[in-house]
Amino acid sequence: MLSVQHLLGIKYLTKEDITTILHTADTFLDVINRPIKKVPSLRDITIVNLFFENSTRTRLSFELAEKRLSADVINFSASSSSVSKGETLVDTVNNILAMKVDMVVMRHPKPGAAHFLSQRVNASIINAGDGAHEHPTQALLDAFTIKRKLGDLAGKKVVIVGDILHSRVALSNIYCLKAMGAEVMVCGPPTLIPRHIGSLGVLVETDLRKALEWCDVANMLRIQLERQDTQYFPSLREYAMLFGVSGSLLKSLSKEITIMHPGPINRGVEITSDVADGNSSIILNQVESGVAVRMAVLYLLAGRTDEKM
Amino acid sequence: MSPRLILDQLRYQRTLTRLCYQLIENHDDFDNSVILGLQPRGIMLGRSLKNRLNSLLGKEIQYGELDTTFFRDDFRQKALVPQPTSIDFVVDDKKVILVDDVLFTGRSIRAALDALQHFGRPASVELLVLIDRRLSRHVPIQPDYVGLTVDAVFSEKVVVQWSENGLAEVELKNKEL
Repeated sequence: MLSVQHLLGIKYLTKEDITTILHTADTFLDVINRPIKKVPSLRDITIVNLFFENSTRTRLSFELAEKRLSADVINFSASSSSVSKGETLVDTVNNILAMKVDMVVMRHPKPGAAHFLSQRVNASIINAGDGAHEHPTQALLDAFTIKRKLGDLAGKKVVIVGDILHSRVALSNIYCLKAMGAEVMVCGPPTLIPRHIGSLGVLVETDLRKALEWCDVANMLRIQLERQDTQYFPSLREYAMLFGVSGSLLKSLSKEITIMHPGPINRGVEITSDVADGNSSIILNQVESGVAVRMAVLYLLAGRTDEKM
Repeated sequence: MSPRLILDQLRYQRTLTRLCYQLIENHDDFDNSVILGLQPRGIMLGRSLKNRLNSLLGKEIQYGELDTTFFRDDFRQKALVPQPTSIDFVVDDKKVILVDDVLFTGRSIRAALDALQHFGRPASVELLVLIDRRLSRHVPIQPDYVGLTVDAVFSEKVVVQWSENGLAEVELKNKEL
């Protein structure tokens, strides 16, 4: 059982929680590879997917995870709703909960939105990304994928490359990997590295080649063009030259490393096509892990929905 | 009341032997039969049965382990830790023997029947248990092979303990209140 009622961020989880989630995900990975991919665990649970921000992968992954657990699912996207008529977040959610919904999966452009909601409504909240704050299920699935590939997380060296400043994936990954005993480095243009990131216990490197020589796994973040309100680097071409990973760069390293990417990929910017589709890439494993990890999170949190009622 | 030993290791060995011969009586050479130990507590008995049957029949019988956690109806009431399922064969048209240590309310067997559907359509399903607590069923499920029948009241607990050499002892205890 988890120590929390909501999954708001990795920051609020203990190491035991993360271990429990990854262990449960293991058994769900087994389930989704069977001929019949569905289990009836959540058949009396209704889940709403509230997406105030665009998403393909995360929403599909959550929806699939919910359906594989036999939950009833309703989808909501802000663009086609009363939010555009001026309804507040709490009102929107309370209206949905009045229709007897047990769990809320929410993505919102404002940091802390999930936390705010969890204090005001009576349902389990799962944060599917809140602004530049946290994206806990992505970090869990990244950790799970690394564990599948390398056997363990403790002592492994992971470098997170790219836009650390705007990335919720980076922050959640740092919390998660540090909790599990991995070493973490961030790498990117100095303008995209938060000034006090070292206080989280991570190393900082601005030379990509050095970072890649150091690591076992490189997690290449997407350049989030939609969050760049000012110019942080001169051009995409220059970014790709300095911080993009190509097949020839990988070959020139003294060892083999594993490449991850949370998607969607800007091909030719963060990584070239031959890397994305090559043997060192575990990008599609991440997608597969995503469903198993989200099933684990939903299952473990649903196990607690009766307690607070 | 102090714990009462109701099955010691010597009697356990005899019981195991009897159960094996009862199985052979009904399943001949196990050509079309498989044994499934139920996680978490049925697998010790399942493995013991498999090993004994292998040496009695002089061949490897098909054996798997089934986890029923996600099919249980009480997962929201207590912390259930899922265990691995390992079934590397198709159960279609096989005679399946489910193995568990204690049959109490019957709810875990109901969950196991649900879980089993995901691995094919068995020709038949039988149930073997080491201990049958026969006065406490919540669902109409009865065992086909029984090690020992116990009439215990609800305030008592049947504890099966496995030693490192694979032998079991069974005690009857009062539930701590």
